[in-house]
Parts: sequence; structure tokens; C-alpha cells
Amino acid sequence: MSAIPVPRLALPRAGIFRRFASQEALLALAVIGLAIAVGFVNPRFLAYRNLADILLGNAYIAIAAIGMSMVIISGNIDISVGALIGVLATVSGSLAVAGAPTLVAWIVPVVLGVLVMAAQGAVVAYLRIPAIVVTLGMMSILKGGLISVTGGKWITDLPQGFHLADLNLLGVPMPVAIMVVATALAALWMRYSASGRAIYATGGNAEAARLCGVNPQRTVVMVFALHGFFAGIATLVYATQLRVIQSTTPPGLELTVITAAVVGGVSILGGVGTVVGATLAAILIAEITSALVFVNISPYWTDSLRGGLILATVIADIVRRRRRASRGRRI
Amino acid sequence: MSAAATVPLLEVKGLEKSFPGVRALSGVSFDVRPGEVHALLGENGAGKSTLIKIVSGVYQPDAGEILIDGRAMRFAAPEDARRAGVATIYQELLLFPELTVAENIFLGHAPRASGGRIDWRAMTAKAEALLASLDIDDLAADQVVGSLSVGHRQRVEILRALSHDARILIMDEPTAALTEADVTRLFAIVRRLKERGVGIVYISHRLDELFQIADRVTVLRDGAWVGARDMADTNAAELVQMMVGRRIDNLFPKIAAPIGAPVLQARGLVRNPTTRDVSLEVRAGEIVGLAGLVGSGRSELAQVLFGITPAERGEIRLDGQAVRIDSPERARAGGIAYVPEDRGAQGLVRAMSVLHNFSLAALGGLSRLGFIDRAAERRMAEAGVLRFGVKTSSVDELAGRLSGGNQQKIVLGKWLANNPKLLILDEPTRGIDVGAKAEIHRLMCELAGEGVAILMISSELPEVLGMSDRVLVMREGRLVAEFDRAHATSQAVGAAMMGGDDPMERAA
Repeated sequence: MSAIPVPRLALPRAGIFRRFASQEALLALAVIGLAIAVGFVNPRFLAYRNLADILLGNAYIAIAAIGMSMVIISGNIDISVGALIGVLATVSGSLAVAGAPTLVAWIVPVVLGVLVMAAQGAVVAYLRIPAIVVTLGMMSILKGGLISVTGGKWITDLPQGFHLADLNLLGVPMPVAIMVVATALAALWMRYSASGRAIYATGGNAEAARLCGVNPQRTVVMVFALHGFFAGIATLVYATQLRVIQSTTPPGLELTVITAAVVGGVSILGGVGTVVGATLAAILIAEITSALVFVNISPYWTDSLRGGLILATVIADIVRRRRRASRGRRI
Repeated sequence: MSAAATVPLLEVKGLEKSFPGVRALSGVSFDVRPGEVHALLGENGAGKSTLIKIVSGVYQPDAGEILIDGRAMRFAAPEDARRAGVATIYQELLLFPELTVAENIFLGHAPRASGGRIDWRAMTAKAEALLASLDIDDLAADQVVGSLSVGHRQRVEILRALSHDARILIMDEPTAALTEADVTRLFAIVRRLKERGVGIVYISHRLDELFQIADRVTVLRDGAWVGARDMADTNAAELVQMMVGRRIDNLFPKIAAPIGAPVLQARGLVRNPTTRDVSLEVRAGEIVGLAGLVGSGRSELAQVLFGITPAERGEIRLDGQAVRIDSPERARAGGIAYVPEDRGAQGLVRAMSVLHNFSLAALGGLSRLGFIDRAAERRMAEAGVLRFGVKTSSVDELAGRLSGGNQQKIVLGKWLANNPKLLILDEPTRGIDVGAKAEIHRLMCELAGEGVAILMISSELPEVLGMSDRVLVMREGRLVAEFDRAHATSQAVGAAMMGGDDPMERAA
């Protein structure tokens, strides 16, 4: 690194225990543990069909949660993603029905997602308006606009080739394949790329990041643009599963996506978290929802449980930070 | 005012207060007698704020006593202190701009009529009486506070304190935002309060003011009590000496390095209002110390040079080439490194590991096609940890878990990973222990020996005098003096820092 060469001494790496005590490991254990526990009560829960349905029906949430994780890690939040997915689904379906080439119907929503989110990111970064305000405004614009433009009409008679989600990739249903590939690529990028590191630095301490030559504004715009990209991909997985696209936004979708990110270990204060955790948390939440049916608990409890989960995670995060802070100097 | 005979209104003994990782106060004692203005003096971080927050009940001390009229008190909340007669006027005035002068004064303890209604007439009358008691004739009880000047608002705060029958008034930098005329009026009020036997704790950096208004002064440094003097028996030079540090001791001896060509040449830098026409030069291998009081514009100059607040006018040359530095990115690309004063807020990402903090400023050089060469990154961080003696269990440890000195070493090391030509250090050793300090001084000498040009800002005069080849003194946004190593004595530099012939005449 510098003018004075220093012999490389082996400093210890993080202990095995700490690696396993990570949020991702806990979530993976929870996903498996819950499946086994519910399987004891009702073996039908473990039927291939049911497990596949859980994954297929919720892969798009996991994909959207990837982008959401990046946004929250960068120290921001987005609550417009649910409305955006609704709009993009309608755009995609309308294009397909209007006879546009299938590829166009698939690509346009992704491009549109990137543009809308990048624009929001630019407002957040350069006009210094809190992301919650900007995205709240965008959420209303998108929701209202969607209803006004479509008049609430459903899109039917989608052409055959439109249904991307019905395809298989090497024997794996497309939604799951996309979810796994997207999560893996995003995880590698977040961990090993300079830009990924810039996201953590911006969320952890924007001022320090700036002094180190990271451009926090550009980073925020990039994060939002990526979030828009993943929202576009999520839309594809979501919309091409449907035979009928309702011109409304899936209710509470943004909250489910945010919950997945936060339960996945992304700190709501920024700077900490992984996309793998978010994907696992999305699967866990879907699993819980399904499990309620199988153990005969009213599905109306889903929202409350989800709320409990998010509060428990956030409180655990804050408590952990406090303890760390009060422990002060360790060395 | 034969104060010596009377029991002090307020006395604190042996106060101790620690925050996680910082010792804010250690064994501080202090007292205020009736009718006395007792000044608290010290650089930022010396512990003045902590002390007044303890006295006003915001913090609870870890150890030590607070006595009011000789009786031990325990303030669990600001309310308790207020009831004991202690009122604090902070720098940011806590007034409600939409309410009138009278309403602000009596907020929370308005005179009541029958049925719990506020007795407006009584309130106005009381407010007018208070105004009259201090001979304030340019302020009316029914004026809306939002329309008043800062000086007037401050008077309203003082009146509010008096309406609580405060006998001990703490004023935190009361003149910082005042005009000359307002200062004069404030002093008139302070003198009047003295006559009424109110004890005043007065915090200010402006020494000339203290000589006008204070009776005694207590100096704090790094949370410790340095000394107390009667204003009549001291002078500015002595106070500066007490404030900025001991005689040169336990410092790493400076090693002379060959001094080469100018690395930084700045001419006529202006950034209003803090940097006013600054020209300076730093050469390869040279350590230039930048001295000055808090608020003199030293850190602001550093931020201009590093592009955080780019210069509005002026010219910067690096290695003789004219460059435009309008962002930290540009500064970094030009070979400038900046280690900020507030490493917590500006230097370190606490939630990141030591490894990632080390590489943060060098990501560009460590990346290929946008991806980080992790082996090289780890090598760099491990070499940095060893070279800088960072005490950590592993480079994967979170930076926020290390001690202050170790954090500072990471911030330094992070920058040096870039092989800068010019290194700007803002208070490089503030708040770290002696061992870490010597370590950092050793590193500075080593770097100078490698030909790095170093500009060091420090409030510790011994550090400035001990480490610098040349000392520049800043005051009110200007460079006012320059000394080479041989001529830089604490007397001469201290005098230049204080400036103004006023206090120095006393010193003579």
C-alpha cells in the first residue's frame, strides 16, 4: 500500500461463531424450522405443491425487497414501490394486449421503473428532501393516476407468449430462478463491488463517505435506479403470472417489501444489512402467511403477525446497537 | 463585594463525568459567590458544556458534589436546578417567536386569576416591573418576540430567568451573536445583576470581554481543572498558556526532514465569512502548524483546501500546477488527504469493519472493473493495522468498537493508503491518550521524511511548537503571523493568537 513495505502477518478473521450467528443464518434456520414445525401439525403443508406455491407466489416480493434493501442501506426508504409495481404491471399488460412484441411488453416496465425511481432518487439526493416525503408523494401520484387513466378496468385476454412466469429455466420455475439469480448477483455486487461499498458507506456515515471521495448524491441516485430495476423485474414475475391484471396496486405491497428488508436484517438507520437476508425474510413471511392456514389460524392474523415481526426486528436491532454503544471501548 | 467572607452561592467539588469512551470531566471544582462574575475558559471539548449541564441538572455527575448556599444538592432534572435558583441561558435561545415578551417570560408560571385563568393584567404588570428593574426601556411587554433582534431576545431570556428568582445565572457564550451595541447593553445588565447579588457563570472565548466583565476565571482543559485566577492578577498570555497546554512535554521529538519544493501554494483564498484572503505555502517534507483560537477559521481553511466548502476566490497550486478544487473528490484526486477534527462524524463509518474503513478512500485504486480486489484490500488493511499499531482483534472488527485513539489511527491510515502529497490534519491528537499521541507524532515525522507536505491544525500550543517547521497563526479568518521554528515561542505565538493590542498590553 505505501512506501514502507510491511510483511504480511496473519491477523485473525472473524470467528466462525459470528458468521453463523448472522441474521441470514437465523432466517434460514427459521424458514426450515417453521416448515418442520408446521409439518408436524399438518403434513400437507410440506407437500411439494404447497411449498412451490409459496415460492412462486412470493418470488416477486423477494425481488422487490432486494432493491428496497439497497435503498434502506443507503439511509433512505421508498414507499412508492407497491404503487409502482401496480402501474408497471398495467403498462406491461396493456402493451401485450395492444399487440406490442412480447419483448417490448417485458422491457418497457423495467426501463420505466428505473426512470421513475432514478427521478425520485435525484430529488432526494440533490434537493435534499427526505425520501419518505418524496416517495409518499409519488405513491399517491401513481395510485391516483392508475385509477384515473384505466378507470379501474381489468386487463384480460393476455397473449400466450406474455406469461414469462410460466416458463422454466433448467427445470426451475422462472419466478424462483429469477429470484435466486437476482439475489445472488445483487449480493455479490453489494459485497464485492466498489459501488456496493459506497452504498454502505453512504448509509453508515454520508459525511465520512464524502470525505473519502464517495459521491453520496450519485450513490443515492444509483441506488434508487437499481431499486427501480428490481421493481421492474418484480413486476414481470408478478404480472406474467396473472391471467387477469387488475388495474390497482396490490394492497400493502410496499409494507410487505419493507418488512422483508427490515426483518432480513437491514438496519432502518442505514449502513447495515444484506440482500440475502431480505430474500430469506420475504420467504419466511410468505411461509408464515401460508402456515396460518394450515394450522387453522385465521389469515386475518397475517398483518398483525407481520407487524409484530417488524417491531421485534427493529427493537432487536436498536437494543443491539445500544448495547454495543454502552459497552464502549472493548480494547 | 467582600466576597471572600461569604458562603459561595454555588460550589461544585470534584465533579467527574464520563461518557462512553470519553472522560468529559475529571475532578473539577468551581464556585460562584454572590455578586460575582466567574468566567469559565477553555477550548472546545475542555468540559465547559458538560460542567454547566451538570450544574443545570441536564446531566448527573458520576462523582462529586454540588452545593447551593453551602448545602449539598442533587439535581435529578433541570427542574430541580431551576427550583434551587440556577438558570441557564444557552447559545441557542429557547423562546417562542409567536408569543409576546410577557408570555415568554412567564410561560409555565403565569400569574393566575380565579378559576385557573391566566391573569393577563398581572402578567403584563409583572413583566413591566422586571423590565423597569433592569432599566430596559427599549422593550415592551406586549411585543412579539419573533420581531426582536438577537440582543433583545437574549434580554427576554434573562428576564425569564429572573422571573424564576434565579440567583445563579449561567451564560453560555452570550456575546457570540451580538453586535457591539448589544454587548454594551448586556454588560450593563450583568453589572446591575451583580449589584443585586446574583452570581454569574460566564462562558466566552473572547478574552478582552472577560477582562471587562469577569471577577474571577477558572480554566479547564481536557476535562480537568487547570487553575483559577482573579482577573486582576492575570493577563491574556497566562490564560492562553493555561488554556492551550502545558509546557512541551512527553511529545515525540521531531525529526528534521529535508524540505523540498512547494507542494501547496495558495494565494488569496476567500470563502466568506470564515476565510478572508489567505495565502500560504507548504513544502515537501515540511510540517506547517496552524495555530489560532477556536473560531479563528483554521478548520474552515482546511475545508476550503479540501474542497468541502470550495473557495469563492483565489488560486490553489499543487506541485506548481494551478488546480480547481471544488469537491473532496477533486482534492483527493490531486493528492490531498484530510483527517478531520471530528472523526466520529466525519472520518469513520462506525458500522463498517476496520477493513472496509481502511479501504474506503482507496477503493478506486483497489478495484478492477468496479469490483474490489479483496486480497489486495485485506493486505492493505492488515499492513495499515500493523504500521499504525491499531489495537483490534481482527480487521473484521467493527470500527465503532475501538477506542478513540485507535479510531484516529484508522482515519489516518485510511488516508495514507492513498500516498497523498499533502496531508491536512485537524487536531490529530485531540482526545487520545499519550501513547497514541506519540505514535501519531512519530508517524507524522516519518511521513514528512518521505516527502509528504503536512499542514497541522492544533489547539495545543506545545504540539504546534514541537512538531512544526513553521507556524502560521490565524485570527478572524486571516493569517496574521508566521514564525519559523527557531522563533516560534509560546509567548510569541500566543500573543499572535490573541491579537488585538488590548489584552496584550495587560500582558506586558
